[in-house]
Order: sequence, then structure tokens, then C-alpha cells
Amino acid sequence: MLSTPSDEPLVRVDNLFFSYAGRPVLKGINMSIPRGKVVAIMGGSGCGKTTLLRCIGGQLRPSAGAVRINGNEVHKLDRKGLHDFRRKLGMLFQFGALFTDMSVFENVAFPLREHTDLPEEVIRDLVLMKLEAVGLRGSHRLMPAELSGGMARRVALARAVALDPMLIMYDEPFTGLDPIALGVIGQLIRKLNDALGATSIMVTHDVQESLLIVDYIYFVSDGQIVAEGTPDEIRASKDPFVHQFVHAEVQGPVTFDVPAPSVRDEFLGRAVVRA
Amino acid sequence: MPDLLQPFRRLGHAVTERIWRLGFASRFFFALLLQSGTSFRRLHLTLREIYVSGVLSLLIISVSGLFVGLVLGLQGYEILQRFGSPEYLGVMVALSLSRELGPVVAALLFASRAGSSITAEIGLMKATEQLKAMDMMAVDPVARVVAPRFWGGLLAMPLLAALFSALGVLGGWLIGVVFIGVDDGAFWSQMQSSVDFRYDIWNGVIKSFVFGAAVSLIAVFEGYDSLPTAEGVSRAITRTVVTSALAILALDFVLTSFMFRGNS
Repeated sequence: MLSTPSDEPLVRVDNLFFSYAGRPVLKGINMSIPRGKVVAIMGGSGCGKTTLLRCIGGQLRPSAGAVRINGNEVHKLDRKGLHDFRRKLGMLFQFGALFTDMSVFENVAFPLREHTDLPEEVIRDLVLMKLEAVGLRGSHRLMPAELSGGMARRVALARAVALDPMLIMYDEPFTGLDPIALGVIGQLIRKLNDALGATSIMVTHDVQESLLIVDYIYFVSDGQIVAEGTPDEIRASKDPFVHQFVHAEVQGPVTFDVPAPSVRDEFLGRAVVRA
Repeated sequence: MPDLLQPFRRLGHAVTERIWRLGFASRFFFALLLQSGTSFRRLHLTLREIYVSGVLSLLIISVSGLFVGLVLGLQGYEILQRFGSPEYLGVMVALSLSRELGPVVAALLFASRAGSSITAEIGLMKATEQLKAMDMMAVDPVARVVAPRFWGGLLAMPLLAALFSALGVLGGWLIGVVFIGVDDGAFWSQMQSSVDFRYDIWNGVIKSFVFGAAVSLIAVFEGYDSLPTAEGVSRAITRTVVTSALAILALDFVLTSFMFRGNS
């Protein structure tokens, strides 16, 4: 049977390599993200997950391999092609990245004003609908400086979905949030994805919240995919890395300490210390 | 054994770094020019920047212009009196301001007040990922953020320099005519007959356009190229003020040597 485009995964990452200043960050990543799903990319700090997200969004150019979104290879697009692609993309940054000189309303209206010729009344209705979806319609006159961290993240989420994107990317959406705000954002990510018929990729290291809302999880360590599975498979996994990460254990394959000379050598002055 | 070549290596590294940065700044300038269409198609973006760079600088420019004029009036009268020609005070004040002090001092103040603010704003937008967010929304930050600030600064600068010179002349008149007692008619008539519009005023306007372009370009470039940290933005602001001041003084010398060659 011939596969229709809708059967194809929306995002395919094939053998992706990326180096920064000669240091390999991604070492042969392969993953596919089906349409309509919420997929998490997890791993410890500095493992390469944000770099992977930036490669998917076309912000970074990989040294080898390919990212295909909806059949198009992202890094072969010219500037116009990349802009056309990004109009179908929404992104939530780690701390929201709201425009600080614009009100909440203007922030959400920004992509609509930039990319459409809609009359002002329609823009107003659309913005208020998006803000209603994140529970902040009553705050549309506030400036970003007047918002709490959780509220700012929700405004940024409303802005990210303003143009009803086919793919929404989240870079550490739970960082710095209290447990209630964290739960609210988690539920919003799931509900908005389903309501818009979009596909979501979420980079995070918040295991417990993610397991509640995502369909599939990839674990990245040292620039490689080391484990993957559905939330149930991840919970039941006996893989030492997954077990350590999910249960937040100190002992395991992921070491806390950065490699260094032995304490004895260091303090007796035998090791070469570079400032 | 000490590495004798180390200082030369450092020097070479510093020189190549500067050349690389100059090349990057040139590419940035061309990209800015290419992306300038938005600044004029959506004029409100540029008008907002004229307001921020120009209107919000009015106070410092007005007060400084007035004080410079007052000082010029005092010094000018004292010097001209030695040669028995205090009625030329108006000419001296007007020529000093329109040819040199107006464009140069206004540009130095503009770099400190508006240039530093532009660098800080763009630098902080970069540090808080606002520029990246814009790029991810398929909106070019050079077209939407950088170009309107450049053109806003470039257009505001000559207006501020003109205001500076006008208030300077007023200051000179206040000291010379109102307080010291120089003849009012002589003050204005000598000025009218000796100040040439094209040679003196227009060259001053050209200077202020050039300074406006230089300061605005330095300010937007330093902001865009700043390291996205608190220290990086702070250093970029310092570089904007220092580089702008040096550029204004160097450009002033070059322009003066071409514009004013002793024929009137």
C-alpha cells in the first residue's frame, strides 16, 4: 500500500551530527516524530537536547545528517524557504522571550500583524481567543514585567500558537515554575496540541510532569539517543540510564562529578592545574 | 624558557580579530541596507525610533546647546573685545556652532544618550532571546528591530544638531546682547551677512548626517554583536560610547579638511 503524506512522520531526523568549536555535541541522532503526537526529548544538562531542537528548527546547521519536516529537508531551504517553513512553526522559549516593550495583547498579536493582513477587529478577536485558551484573557493589557514566570510562559504559549502552527517546539517549558504553574503549562501543552491538530516536540528534564502528558520519549546522553519509549515503557524500563533518570538517583551510569585528577594528586600539587 | 614570540602572536591575534570584526560590521551594514525596505514601508516603526532617539534626547540637547552658547558668548566677547570688534560676536557664535560645535557636540551627546540606549535595548533583546524568538517567527530581526533604529537615529541627529545650534545662538545672544550690552542690530546683521547658507549651514547639516549614520550604525552593531550576558551588554554599551566618540572626532577632521578650505 502506498503511504499517504499523513502517514509519514512529520519530523524525521536521520544520522544527525553537530559539532561546536570542534567539540562533537550530537553524534548520529535518529528519531521520527509522528503527526499529532507530543514527543519529549529528555536528558541531563549539556547532553545536547537543546542543540537538537535548534537543528530541527533550522537555527543551527548540522555537520552531517538531515532533518526533514513534512518531507522538506530543513537545511537545504534558502532564506525565503526557511521563513515560509517557520511560519508553520511555533516555539516556546525557556523563559518565554516575550517582547518587553509590548503589552501581552501586542505580543500575541505580533505574528498575526507580521504575517497577515487581517483587519484589526479580527486580530483583536483572535488574540483574545488565544489568551482565553491559556486563561489570561483578563491580563491582555499587562506588560511582560508585570507577569509572574508562569503567566509569562502562558502568554508565550499563546503567541507560539497564534498562527495555528503544524509543529510546536518547547525548550524547557517547565524551568523555574512552581508545581501549580508547572501542571497548568503541562496540561496546556497537551490540550493545545490536540485542539490544533498540531505536533509537539518538548525538550525537558522534568520527568514526572512529562510522563503525564507526552506520547513518546527520547532520552539523549552525550549526544546520542540512549533510550526511547512510551511513558509506560519508560516507567517499567530496567535500563540503568532510564532508571536513574526517572527515579532521580545519585548512583548510576550518569556521573555527577566532572572528570578530574585524583584528590591526592590535586592537593599534593602533582596534577597540572590550568586556570 | 619564556616564549619570545608570545607578544607577537597576541598582537597578530588582536589584529586579525579586529579585521574580522570590521568585515562582519561591513556585512552587517549591507544586510541592514538590504533589509531597510520595512523601515519605510511601515513608517510607524521608524517614526517610533525617531521619537525614542530624537524627542527623548531633546532636553539634554537643548540645555547643553544653551550652555555652550552662553560660554561661547562670554569667551567670544572677551576675545573679540581685545581686537576692538565685539559686534562680530554673533558671527563667531553662529559660525562656531553651525560648522563645528553644533554637529560635533550634539553627536557626542547623541551617542551617550541615544546610542547607548539603542545598544542596551538590542543587546538585552538578544540576551533574553527576543531576537531569536522573532527569527523563529519568520520575522527578520535586522528588518524589524535594527533597521528602524538605524534610520530613526540617522534622521533624528541632524534635527538635534540644528536645535543645538539654534539654542546655542540664543545663548550667545543672551550673554552678548542682553547681559553684556553688545548692539542687538550689529549682532544679527553681521551674522546674516557673514554666515553663508550653503558653505556654513549646509556643510554642518551634512556633517550631522554623517555623524548620525556613524553613531547609529555603531550603536545597532554593538547591540547586535554583544555577548548575551549582563557583562557582554555592559561592554557593548561602553564600546558604543567610546567608538562613537572617536569616530565622530575622526570623521569631523576628515570632513572639515574637505569642506572648509579658506574660500568663502
